[in-house]
Amino acid sequence: MSFEDWYRQDRLPHIYCAGCGNGTVVNCTLAAVEQVAWKKEDTVFVSGIGCSSRAPGYIVTDSLHTTHGRAIAFATGVKMANPDLHVVVITGDGDLAAIGGNHFIHACRRNIDLTVVCMNNQIYGMTGGQGSPTTPLGCLSTTTPYGCAESPFDLCDLAIAAGANYVSRWTSYHVKELEKAVLAGLQTPGFSFIEALVQCPTAFGRRNKFKVVADQVEYLRAHSMLKAKHDRLLEQGEPVPKDMFIVGELMRRNRPALGVKP
Amino acid sequence: MTRTEFWQGNTACAEGALAAGCRFFGGYPITPSTEIAEHMAVKLPKKGGVFIQMEDEIASMASIIGASWTGARAMTATSGPGFSLMMENIGYAAMTETPCVVVNIQRGGPSTGQPTMGAQGDMMQCRFGSHGDYSVIALCPASVQEMYELTARAFNLADKYRVPVFLMADEVVGHMREKIIIPDSVEQVPRKALVKGTLPFKADSDGIPGFPQFGKGYGVHVTGLTHDERGYPCATNPKLHEMLVMRLVDKIESARHEIADFDIINPDAELVFIAYGAPVRTVQQVMHDHPHDNIGFLRIRTVWPFPEFALGEFKNARHFLVPEMNLGQIAREIERHMKVPVTSLPKLGGELHTPAELLAALEAYR
Repeated sequence: MSFEDWYRQDRLPHIYCAGCGNGTVVNCTLAAVEQVAWKKEDTVFVSGIGCSSRAPGYIVTDSLHTTHGRAIAFATGVKMANPDLHVVVITGDGDLAAIGGNHFIHACRRNIDLTVVCMNNQIYGMTGGQGSPTTPLGCLSTTTPYGCAESPFDLCDLAIAAGANYVSRWTSYHVKELEKAVLAGLQTPGFSFIEALVQCPTAFGRRNKFKVVADQVEYLRAHSMLKAKHDRLLEQGEPVPKDMFIVGELMRRNRPALGVKP
Repeated sequence: MTRTEFWQGNTACAEGALAAGCRFFGGYPITPSTEIAEHMAVKLPKKGGVFIQMEDEIASMASIIGASWTGARAMTATSGPGFSLMMENIGYAAMTETPCVVVNIQRGGPSTGQPTMGAQGDMMQCRFGSHGDYSVIALCPASVQEMYELTARAFNLADKYRVPVFLMADEVVGHMREKIIIPDSVEQVPRKALVKGTLPFKADSDGIPGFPQFGKGYGVHVTGLTHDERGYPCATNPKLHEMLVMRLVDKIESARHEIADFDIINPDAELVFIAYGAPVRTVQQVMHDHPHDNIGFLRIRTVWPFPEFALGEFKNARHFLVPEMNLGQIAREIERHMKVPVTSLPKLGGELHTPAELLAALEAYR
């Protein structure tokens, strides 16, 4: 068995642009699902709207491609009505943190037994490159033509503050780490949130001085700082460099969870 | 043994749902529907079902659709403002052919309006509120007994036609208390399962595909995008989109005779009232007070699809009078089917028409 068995072969090729990071995240997610040895018929993928949310359409299990921002609310219904099902939500930064922000924090608060994988490309890719709640200050998009003037959300901080049991952040560069993080999320009862920063050469990269795909992946790598190192710097009173993504396992705890079979 | 109770309409609605096998309720508090959620919160866990209070009505509607795909009979209950929030996901339920029941205890609108007063202002919203073309089923109870019976029927219709079904009640019926006779059992028509090996969105001869329940190994992909019979997105194929939308509409509209539920009283009358929901009660009072006046009455329980063929039963009709707690939403629907004059008798403000008001209208056209 291989993670490739989870792909809906008759739906390929996919719609992702050349150089897109989303496929990497789908691969890592399915590799983790394969390792946790769930049965395909017991697994459901749910998504909203956006590039990321097309992923469940390429997976052989039952899948629900829903309305913009509402994937977690639909998934809540699936999981609560049948806790025997394993439910994974695949979402993006716009879907999860803008239009779906309310559902996100309330699912964290309920600590419902879902695993949410967010492909954060810091842009609205499918609609052609508008600013999102995670677009960094100063970055260019079609709706921030003079540079984004709003501070971005830290999605992991949001999940931790709202009560999620498991929270990790990695990038599309860190494939092994990402796979392990998703696996840990799948195995943790309660709400698990894995943020994967991904390159979007079409909508983000070409407007923000990433001439080739590898430049943006290299940027993600170079601006990733392990949580352990970040904590050490803070402890030693050293300055933390600006514009760093804190990566690694950011939270693991055991708050009372909803939707877990006794 | 049947038993008799003295119940509030909203209680009867919740009990009707439970009797029909509803096992999932996702909702959000809103006057004047909240008693339904409260009743479900008490009763559902004891029946092995799930009650969940969602963060808003958008999420409530989403949750019942998710639950329905696991095979559960699922419902929500709300009123005007919440109903408005549900619209996008109602369209999703129509497009994905997800059986579900949405109860709307209508109150005065627009906007926050009159939370504690009755109205029928959402009748067109329930028919056309979500974007795009589709058809739905809407039932209108006029008594506590019907709150029970029509809620139970709503689940059977939802499962049979794979469509969102609306119980379009109002504050008057939701909050009135009266005698109700509880039957021993309620008929439950199960969902038609998809035959394995059949394409998941390939309709049978009745226009309705079998249901591929999640967790049963169908591996179905469900999307709100225009999809082919495999369920795969196919959003730029004009012919396929037309065929899909026409099937979603036709499966309901072609079953209008089977879905229809109405009473025809005094079909030889020249003056005919047409009513649904709470105004039925005032018409009944007028007829009770004037038994020799030969007042015709078409009393409708299924407003959508509209049973226009019932209008023709009143062969001598000279004039139709339509009392509604809105500015004539269904009167306009009736008008477009009839050559005989149709007069809307609107009542805004949250109170029922008085018998004197209807009598005055009757005199005016006699």
